[in-house]
Amino acid sequence: MALLLVATLALGTCASKPPVTPEIAGPANPVRDAGKIRSADGREWRRLAADGLHDPQNDMLQFLQQPAEALGALPKGGPDGNQVDWAAALRTGAIEPRTNILPGTEIRVLDLDIVFTETAGQPYVVFPHRQHTEWLDCANCHPAIFIARRGANDFGMLDVLNGDYCGQCHGAVSFPLTECRRCHSRDK
Amino acid sequence: MRPATVLTCAIGLAGLVWLGEARSEYADVVLNRNSEAAGVRPVIYPHWFHRIRFRCKVCHHELGFIMRAGANRITMGDIYQGKFCGMCHDNEIAWGLENCGLCHSGRAGLKSGIQGGHKTLGPGRW
Ligand code: HEC
Ligand code: HEC
Ligand code: HEC
Ligand code: HEC
Ligand code: HEC
Ligand code: HEC
Repeated sequence: MALLLVATLALGTCASKPPVTPEIAGPANPVRDAGKIRSADGREWRRLAADGLHDPQNDMLQFLQQPAEALGALPKGGPDGNQVDWAAALRTGAIEPRTNILPGTEIRVLDLDIVFTETAGQPYVVFPHRQHTEWLDCANCHPAIFIARRGANDFGMLDVLNGDYCGQCHGAVSFPLTECRRCHSRDK
Repeated sequence: MRPATVLTCAIGLAGLVWLGEARSEYADVVLNRNSEAAGVRPVIYPHWFHRIRFRCKVCHHELGFIMRAGANRITMGDIYQGKFCGMCHDNEIAWGLENCGLCHSGRAGLKSGIQGGHKTLGPGRW
């Protein structure tokens, strides 16, 4: 899905480039699928023992949850990242993560969209405070990442790709930058 | 072409040739500042598992984890004092510290840092 969106966005401005066929995930294949677990809707996650990170010799490994077990039940997201639409997971109540563990912590939520318009050939970027403040506190972004004034932050896509501004979370933990259209969501 | 157009093409075409293979789960963090040198496996912290149970603000605001891989100078001593992972892994909010191998679960030789970060293969870190 993300690939197609990238393709659509890219081909709009790169008409001179030859067309490239995206990789298409074929049917189940025992060799390719070794070490993976497939969910009912066809998403696949590596087993921990085959993910290149976990030590298969660790006798406690069996007690850790396989990503497919938990993520396979959550709303489907793009093919990158966790393959989960975490915003939808929260909105639909598929998950109910705690907002605080200390009593008396103030839970701050804000419903305010900011539209970024310096997007060259791309659709405008809509930044929704509501979905962000459901997960994050104001202090996670203000003033650490963004000055809380419209237009006060001078940055572009290269900064985001470098892991700054939006890219501090998107690309690391939140949905990755291949999903252009989730940010570039408002047509001009 | 204007620079922005070139950028779009670079990112867009890089996206097309990406071959999604062999990676650990997105947003896992390896913590191996002292572990392996001290004779235990590197630590693997899974974001996907914790975010099902806690919003980001619990760790990155209430509990004070800095949002930069490697920026928190975590030691086992501090954890035993109830700091960092020890704020929850106390046999109350979550299972306790006697389960070494649940946290110390990484292969030898892993470098500290965020894992499985999906790259566009365009310019920049991501
Ligand atoms: C996490 C959100 C996010 C994602 C995902 C994202 N962008 Fe952007 N993009 C932005 C923001 C924010 C700006 C800056 C807009 C402004 O300053 O008005 C921007 C600006 C741009 C620009 C304008 C030129 C420049 O250098 O700033 C281009 C071109 C662009 N993005 C292309 C893309 C493409 C192609 C993708 C997908 C591979 C993508 N973006 C994914 C948020 C995003
Ligand atoms: C994920 C990051 C993030 C979080 C969390 C966040 N903000 Fe923002 N905020 C932004 C961005 C991005 C802008 C736009 C800045 C710009 O235009 O350069 C902004 C702008 C603002 C503005 C300026 C609006 C205007 O019209 O000038 C205010 C006020 C603000 N935020 C308040 C808050 C409050 C209050 C919270 C917590 C309830 C919060 N923000 C949480 C990212 C965030
Ligand atoms: C401090 C971390 C952080 C920063 C910085 C941040 N985001 Fe997000 N963003 C999140 C989280 C967490 C979510 C929830 C979904 C997820 O994790 O994939 C999210 C979700 C979104 C969504 C999806 C909302 C939906 O309903 O599907 C959009 C759009 C978005 N971010 C755009 C932006 C843009 C544009 C910027 C920069 C101006 C930005 N984000 C900066 C953490 C962040
Ligand atoms: C249970 C605690 C916990 C929760 C919940 C949590 N994190 Fe983290 N986060 C961590 C730890 C631990 C690290 C690694 C810190 C280190 O290496 O020093 C980290 C690192 C990060 C980093 C740095 C990545 C980098 O590239 O350097 C980002 C960004 C981040 N978290 C965002 C988020 C977002 C967004 C959420 C919510 C969707 C979230 N975290 C939820 C504990 C948590
Ligand atoms: C809740 C997770 C967790 C558990 C359980 C845990 N550790 Fe750790 N441990 C960590 C983290 C995080 C670090 C810091 C990792 C790093 O950067 O090397 C660490 C570091 C260490 C270090 C490196 C030296 C030091 O003092 O920081 C040793 C040795 C260690 N742990 C031993 C143990 C032993 C033995 C057990 C079981 C009795 C255990 N750990 C249980 C998370 C845990
Ligand atoms: C906000 C509280 C909180 C913090 C902080 C926290 N954890 Fe956890 N963690 C939990 C809970 C709750 C569970 C699930 C416990 C259960 O199932 O009984 C868990 C489970 C885990 C698991 C097992 C996942 C599985 O597959 O079952 C690992 C590994 C882990 N934590 C590592 C860490 C490390 C390493 C740190 C510090 C960097 C840390 N945690 C910090 C609350 C926390």
